[in-house]
Amino acid sequence: MASILLIIAQRLALGLVTLFVVSIVIFTAVNLLPGDFAQLILGQGATPEAVESIRRDLGLDQGPVVRYFQWLAGAVQGDLGNSFAQANFASFAGSDTGSGLSSVAGQIAPRFENTMFLAGVTAMIAVPVAITLGVLAALFRNSVFDRATNILTLSSISSPEFFLAYILILYLAVQNQILPSLSLVNDDMTFLERVRMTLLPALTLTLVVTAHMMRMTRAAIINLLASPYIEMARLKGLSPMRVIVKHALPNALAPIINVIALNLAYLITGVVVVEVVFGYTGIGQLFVDSVKIRDIPVVQACCLIFAAAYILLNLTADIMSILSNPRLRHPK
Amino acid sequence: MSFWVETVLLLAAMCAGGWIFRFVGRKVTNNKPFFRDMSYGVAFGYVLGAAVLVWLIWAYMLSRSSDMMVANKYFFLGKAIEGFLIFAVAAWIFRLFGRKVGTEGSRKLFRSMPLTASFGIMIILIYAILAIFAAGIAPHGQEEVFARANIVPGGDVNLGGDPAFPLGTDQIGRDILSRLIYGAQNTVGIAFVTTCLAFFVGGSLGFLAATLGGWTDQLLSRAVDVLMAIPALIFSLLLITVASAWFTGFGLTVSMVVIIAMIDSTRVYRLARAVGINIVVMDYIEAAKLRGEGLAYLVFREILPNATAPLLAEFGLRFCFVFLTISALSFLGVGIQPPLADWGTMVKDLSSFINYAVVAPQIASAPLLAAGAIALLTVAVNFVVDWMLHKSSGLKE
Repeated sequence: MASILLIIAQRLALGLVTLFVVSIVIFTAVNLLPGDFAQLILGQGATPEAVESIRRDLGLDQGPVVRYFQWLAGAVQGDLGNSFAQANFASFAGSDTGSGLSSVAGQIAPRFENTMFLAGVTAMIAVPVAITLGVLAALFRNSVFDRATNILTLSSISSPEFFLAYILILYLAVQNQILPSLSLVNDDMTFLERVRMTLLPALTLTLVVTAHMMRMTRAAIINLLASPYIEMARLKGLSPMRVIVKHALPNALAPIINVIALNLAYLITGVVVVEVVFGYTGIGQLFVDSVKIRDIPVVQACCLIFAAAYILLNLTADIMSILSNPRLRHPK
Repeated sequence: MSFWVETVLLLAAMCAGGWIFRFVGRKVTNNKPFFRDMSYGVAFGYVLGAAVLVWLIWAYMLSRSSDMMVANKYFFLGKAIEGFLIFAVAAWIFRLFGRKVGTEGSRKLFRSMPLTASFGIMIILIYAILAIFAAGIAPHGQEEVFARANIVPGGDVNLGGDPAFPLGTDQIGRDILSRLIYGAQNTVGIAFVTTCLAFFVGGSLGFLAATLGGWTDQLLSRAVDVLMAIPALIFSLLLITVASAWFTGFGLTVSMVVIIAMIDSTRVYRLARAVGINIVVMDYIEAAKLRGEGLAYLVFREILPNATAPLLAEFGLRFCFVFLTISALSFLGVGIQPPLADWGTMVKDLSSFINYAVVAPQIASAPLLAAGAIALLTVAVNFVVDWMLHKSSGLKE
């Protein structure tokens, strides 16, 4: 047991180091920008005094290393700096009203919650469906059902998210008004209302990730079917369903859990496009909007959050596959 | 709420149908093993499949009915079924053609090919022809603006169409068909160039790391690890934000190509290094080293020819990823810049048309055509790669 804790601790430390290096990469990339932010905010006609004042306000008069550690220290404490788009620059405008809006953390927090909600609903639908379909495809392998699901899943993996999104909008929102095509969520909604609003984007994401998980489940089970203990179970006269669910599935869990975690990590990328299509007020939409108006602190913070979630999920996949594999759990 | 009641009733009917189907089958065929050993799940599957088939035929009939409201509702399903059948028949004919014409090797290849793979090859060929000869095939220029905007697709004058513009025009009066064809050139061309660049950079560095080993390998591999820890789409959005400070218009498109190629080359690097490490331990590499061959000769003349098979399959998949990333970026408004016609941008620009689907489905088909064009190519490439991988792995079950 001690060795397994050690392995997990090692992985966690490795994840932290990766995150640290990633934060350096993000910071460096952003600081490659020519000119400086102050000039960018004020435009061409800015007076040198105004530029100087904003530079002081944002701490841009310090060196990059100092600024990096200030940013990092802030980020660790949950303070991600101030957004440019809604900056009100107390010293420049001469007043300090509405300072709550301008902090990046204040903008991101509610949207982060929404995104997590969307990802959660997606996972709740996608994981059971994917595993059931995968088991069925392995059970009826090489049948018409298997081939049909193979073609369907391959097509849905390779379609862009917005194509699937528009097809769903077309059928479920425009032609049959079952679900709303715009997912406008707010805090006043009841839980059920909120789920209803989120269902269409969640279904789109489900289509994207289910296919991959299902194919991996099928492949993982079929890989095991040639092993002697499965042969034994068959010779005992067990039904094919029982052989797969009771004997093959538990041993196939490691790769399946792994691929589930990887797909949840993939959701993070997919969420960006889907949120834009459905106007869902999540972190992905904020990210794209900030990219368009070049609101650097928000872009930087969103990027860091996405990377952190991505690393965390990959780490989980790693640890889960160790935990579910006795051979890795008791290394010689 | 009647929708749910109907659904439940339908499910119950199909459950009963499965049982009846098996029971009748046993009676009629006098307990043939096929029906005798059929589990209930399989019987239900047959009934479900039959129900879906009947529903599709019924929906197709409705899509051709004279009542416009009903026909509109099933317009897309009808078109999808037509498209599916036409493509299936075309792929079958194409495979038949491939079996009769060509060299002995290519004929043999076509004989063992599943229909999905021949469909994929056919689509890729069509796209390639469209992309190369776009200027000759498209009826109008991609940036040409005509006086009449918002012409309805379909070319039916009564519905607000125009035979000169078979797929209509967009909000500012550009011909959608021409833009779709030029889109093949721009979107596919740019994605192809990006993938080639990613393979050149990632492949050479990967083989280099495998050949040299030691510090070079460690340094490159750790750098790649870090870059791969950031989700690709997010990282490219960040870098494009930075690049947009320097470039606009065409320059931004070029910088996007470089950025995506760099990000994707990390994935290629991983594969190339993994394949390369298995090759560098071979005797013929040792012999080449003893002959005193240079590094470039080792990488390009000794390692590369022996690594083509896995790299080729990866090239197909990588192309799909790059293509989808570029389309997604364009859809978000930061990818390929106007005035170049591009499918992702077209979907975004035309997406508001989708709300007219109830009254005039022809209008709503415009954004779906552009999105469908993207999906069709990636599906085709995936089918071909799937077949190649299946063939080389020798999987039977």
